Amino acid sequence: MTLTELLRTAGGDPATNAGYRDHPPRMGFFTDTSVCIGCKACEVACKEWNHVPEDGLELTGMSYDNTQGLGADTWRHVAFIEQRKQLGSQEPGVFHDGRNGSTAGGSSQLRWLMASDVCKHCTEAACLDVCPTGSLFRTEFGTVVVQEDICNGCGYCIPACPYGVIDQRKGDGRAWKCTLCYDRLSVGMEPACAQACPTDSIQFGVLDELRQRAAARVGQLRDAGVADARLYGHDPDDGVGGDGAFFLLLDEPEVYGLPPDPVVTTRDLPAMWRHAAIAAASLAAGVAATFLGRRP
Amino acid sequence: MTPPEVTRQGVANPRPGRQAPTGGRRGGAEAAMVPEATFDSYYGKPVINQPVWESPDIPGYFYFGGLAGASSVMAAAAEASRRPRLARASKLAAAGGLGLSLLGLIHDLGRPERFLNMLRVFKPTSPMSVGSWLLSIYGPLAVAAAGSEVTGWFPRAGTAAAFGAALVGPAVASYTGVLVADTAVPAWHEGHREMPYVFVSSAAVAAAGAGLLSAPVAENAPARRMAAIGVAGELAGSALMERRMGLVAEPYRRGKAGALVRAGQGLAVVGAAGAALAGRRSRLAAALSGLALMVGSACTKWGIFEAGLASARDPRYTVVPQRQRAGTVGEHRTGQPPPG
Ligand code: SF4
Ligand code: SF4
Repeated sequence: MTLTELLRTAGGDPATNAGYRDHPPRMGFFTDTSVCIGCKACEVACKEWNHVPEDGLELTGMSYDNTQGLGADTWRHVAFIEQRKQLGSQEPGVFHDGRNGSTAGGSSQLRWLMASDVCKHCTEAACLDVCPTGSLFRTEFGTVVVQEDICNGCGYCIPACPYGVIDQRKGDGRAWKCTLCYDRLSVGMEPACAQACPTDSIQFGVLDELRQRAAARVGQLRDAGVADARLYGHDPDDGVGGDGAFFLLLDEPEVYGLPPDPVVTTRDLPAMWRHAAIAAASLAAGVAATFLGRRP
Repeated sequence: MTPPEVTRQGVANPRPGRQAPTGGRRGGAEAAMVPEATFDSYYGKPVINQPVWESPDIPGYFYFGGLAGASSVMAAAAEASRRPRLARASKLAAAGGLGLSLLGLIHDLGRPERFLNMLRVFKPTSPMSVGSWLLSIYGPLAVAAAGSEVTGWFPRAGTAAAFGAALVGPAVASYTGVLVADTAVPAWHEGHREMPYVFVSSAAVAAAGAGLLSAPVAENAPARRMAAIGVAGELAGSALMERRMGLVAEPYRRGKAGALVRAGQGLAVVGAAGAALAGRRSRLAAALSGLALMVGSACTKWGIFEAGLASARDPRYTVVPQRQRAGTVGEHRTGQPPPG
């Protein structure tokens, strides 16, 4: 099997591709941000369950989001976006002087978007592909997990991830990220964040079922007039072969800090190795050529 | 100070920069952070995580690996063409380069004591795994060649080792180009076609420099020619790479990375010209040219490294090319029918 084929087959079931024979169905998250209330119960539950250390106590001043992004010590991150964009007309019922809504424009011009971000457990996971030690591996549930007793902290997975998820823990040296609660899954429990979420914004389950549920939900929202509703990471034909953890968003992905069209870097690796081989051969030939000709 | 207050007429006593905007254009805060904002971002935060690779460890790992790999080829060719002093200089440069390259790699690990986990598996999808295996084959050969050269022991085996190192050397010089390109860092990945050529050219420049620095003028003719070819290759490769990159080439021209790239190219040109013009007659001119070539090559690798870091820091370089690829630049405004 060539490298190209090896990488392309990754479009199917990742656990099967990883060599598991009898394995459970692929599990994942569907995060429906339209019902997220930004309570951060998921962040807290994740930290508690996984003993994730403190990730800095600072006030960013940019919004209610003081967590800022995913990293070694943040495996769930609730993004908080304040936008000048109409969500819908509000009638809070405080003033009844004939004006509609709260501001001079006649309706609410402000909306808050909240979204709980997490490792995408990519079908074609760049972090896993580039890990030289085999520390990152594919579980029987199709998720991507770091084996901390093997990771040597080379840091390669960090710039490889197109979503900015995995990172090196300071003072520890190793790479850390969401495990999709591998320990809980193994005994039939749902991940801590999904269990803690009070609005079911985070839904855990068999990935195929989640995809159906998400398609229905996005249809429902659009029928209700929310034209901005869209799914992100649900498509098995996208640049990473589809995400194991995908989202329903109410704006463009980059507004939430997500890449609009990520492509796993290893898709280009066969071409890169080809160029490297030609480059190496040219180096050998070039150096040899400089020794030809007349001796002074 | 009077605290700001939200009234029915708008915000009273606002504190600019500290206040959530409640009127006017969309994304005011972002627009201020990135002036030519034609893209959205999450408060200007980067999309990808910043590489944790550190300077000088990792640029040193690239530079010394290149110096070693190309020097091994030169050593074997010098030996075959009976230029013993050039062969000796190149073998020593190869072994020294290998040692420093490995040192950079190991020192940068979060858990250096687990370095040998690199050889736990072999993964063609991981350039670092491929590289570790390459180094584990190349290393003993380069060290044996240099050891035999210095001690005079086992000359036959030493020569065989030198030729073996010359076979693996080019791969050692080129795989690091794949290593940087096989990431989501825009200024590295977008150059994935040209990067290996730039890396081997820069390696040739370094090895030529080492040869010029330490071999007598009677034997340095190949090193002079190699400097010229290497510099030409490096300039052509970089120009092609930056042209193809478009927007993402910006970090190669700006700030610290830009300064390093310019210094690298300038020194390489000066070194190659100096070697060509005076390297045949003056030992001093040859040595100075060699030094300029070596420092130039180091600056080039360091500049590429810094350009990658700069491109990772700014969400523009991640978002805009992806938008362009999807053909939806500027269409991401309100009310558009969502894709998919
Ligand atoms: S999102 Fe990043 S860390 Fe998570 S599986 Fe994909 S590549 Fe790996
Ligand atoms: S830091 Fe650890 S998990 Fe990441 S690529 Fe290196 S060995 Fe693998």
